[in-house]
Amino acid sequence: MKLGLLIDLDTCVGCHGCATACKQWNTSGTIGPLSDSNPYGKDPDGAWLNRIRTYEVGDAPGSKTVHFPMSCLHCENADCVTVCPTGASYKREEDGIVLVDQDKCMGCNLCAWACPYGARELDRDQGVMKKCTLCVDRIYDQNLPEEERQPACVLTCPTSSRLFGDFDDPQSEVSIKARERGGRDLMPELGYEPTNKYLPPREKATVEMFEVDSSGDGFSLKGWVNKMIAR
Amino acid sequence: MHPALSILVFTVTSGFGYGLMTLLIVSQLLGGSPFDNPNAYLTALLLAFVLMSIGLLSSTFHLANPKNAWRAFSRFRTSWLSREGVLALLYYPIALAYVTALWLNDWQTTAAAYALGGLCVVLGFVLTHCTAMIYASLKTFPQWHTRLVPFGFSLFFVYSGVLAYALAVVADGGSPHAAVWISGCVLAFIGLLFKLSYFSFVGEPSKTTINTATTFTEATVRLFDTGHSAENFLQKEFVYVVGPKTKALARKITLALAFVLPLVLSALQLSRDSSSLSLAVFAVLCGYFGLLLERWLFFIEAKHVVRRFYGEQH
Ligand code: SF4
Ligand code: SF4
Repeated sequence: MKLGLLIDLDTCVGCHGCATACKQWNTSGTIGPLSDSNPYGKDPDGAWLNRIRTYEVGDAPGSKTVHFPMSCLHCENADCVTVCPTGASYKREEDGIVLVDQDKCMGCNLCAWACPYGARELDRDQGVMKKCTLCVDRIYDQNLPEEERQPACVLTCPTSSRLFGDFDDPQSEVSIKARERGGRDLMPELGYEPTNKYLPPREKATVEMFEVDSSGDGFSLKGWVNKMIAR
Repeated sequence: MHPALSILVFTVTSGFGYGLMTLLIVSQLLGGSPFDNPNAYLTALLLAFVLMSIGLLSSTFHLANPKNAWRAFSRFRTSWLSREGVLALLYYPIALAYVTALWLNDWQTTAAAYALGGLCVVLGFVLTHCTAMIYASLKTFPQWHTRLVPFGFSLFFVYSGVLAYALAVVADGGSPHAAVWISGCVLAFIGLLFKLSYFSFVGEPSKTTINTATTFTEATVRLFDTGHSAENFLQKEFVYVVGPKTKALARKITLALAFVLPLVLSALQLSRDSSSLSLAVFAVLCGYFGLLLERWLFFIEAKHVVRRFYGEQH
């Protein structure tokens, strides 16, 4: 098995619901707590396993705002595991999930240095490395109803922009969708072979632009006031 | 890359320690101790031990959870950091056995001393290589992922050893062999050329861009929002920015302190009848702080590819 996520950059609306659900589940899950520092101050910081950044892709008028959720991509060639001196970081044979054994980690940060995707964050309070577990403590939980045996982020996403499944099974939903819509790798040139794939935004009609004549109205009081206020 | 002081001090100080140790052993094996009496030789060896140990201790300060540090010896088959730890630990008993072999045989270089001393010298180089590979093996830092890095670490290891060794001999009232000053000059010169070529290598663009990071290779990509209002772990660790003016100044000072001044000082020593202690002290101080600054630059000029996700274009 090769478990991972398929993330749809077409439909993600950047609501941060997945990141929040992730924090909520995992802070009391097997690798919890995910400590915060100064959470209500002016510079809150803390360990998050999932972050969403937003990009502007292309130039106007054809530009697009793309919300970009990122958590551990559970790479095939996970250098984060190779560099770990303590054996705290490991990749599971059976399903490819990359985990950190919280009891073995010495907090040297080297694995975070080795991860190109910023998927690992040191919990400064606990002194150990935190990363996405693919909710290993949910997806195998026999006490949960079957449809809930999925990562917290996937269950939460209001636009179903995150799909969870087995990329080794060519008939799984994630494999089929990745094939049909051309799922892509991040930074493929580095050779980490991430399991998680990203679906590109669909082609959209270009917005029609009209020339607005802004030159010759001469003086208008409203225009002058606007200009002064903008300053 | 954020430069952790403990790592800078560790790599430079223990570099001087292992370098001094290596030179002391090599000189003994090549032609007998250059010191007047065994006690002076022993003192110099002890000093090397102290420098090595200060470095190693300081390296544990940057661990967030040092109580698990002993586990770092377990993954030497895959991890360069683990290999470094194992070899650093192995170095002590072997170096100690070398000293004992000399001591038991009235400071004569016996076959045992040759074997153990030779082993120490080799170990010093292998250990330095492991330290360098911790950085050079990371594909995430284009400025580190190069053979220049292990070359530089080995070069500086020998170079700092020569500087420290010369000082030790002069401090004992002796005058090192002219070959020591000459190698000091030569190594300083190679160091200078090496650093200049590294500086130009660092400026080369990497093949990882904001486009390959975000999969949009056919359009311009600009960061619109990081999604959080204050700096997070990734930014604090990897997006450590120093202004270009400071960087340029630091480069100049590094070259002058670490290489040019020791080169001139060693050449001066060569032209004198008997070596001067103050010049030797000055050369070591320049070398030490110069290499410390060199290591600082090595960190701040290394740009982790995660910075692409924070808007850096390439
Ligand atoms: S995304 Fe980073 S932490 Fe996750 S497996 Fe890949 S290299 Fe390791
Ligand atoms: S921080 Fe922990 S998990 Fe990461 S490399 Fe160091 S010991 Fe291993």
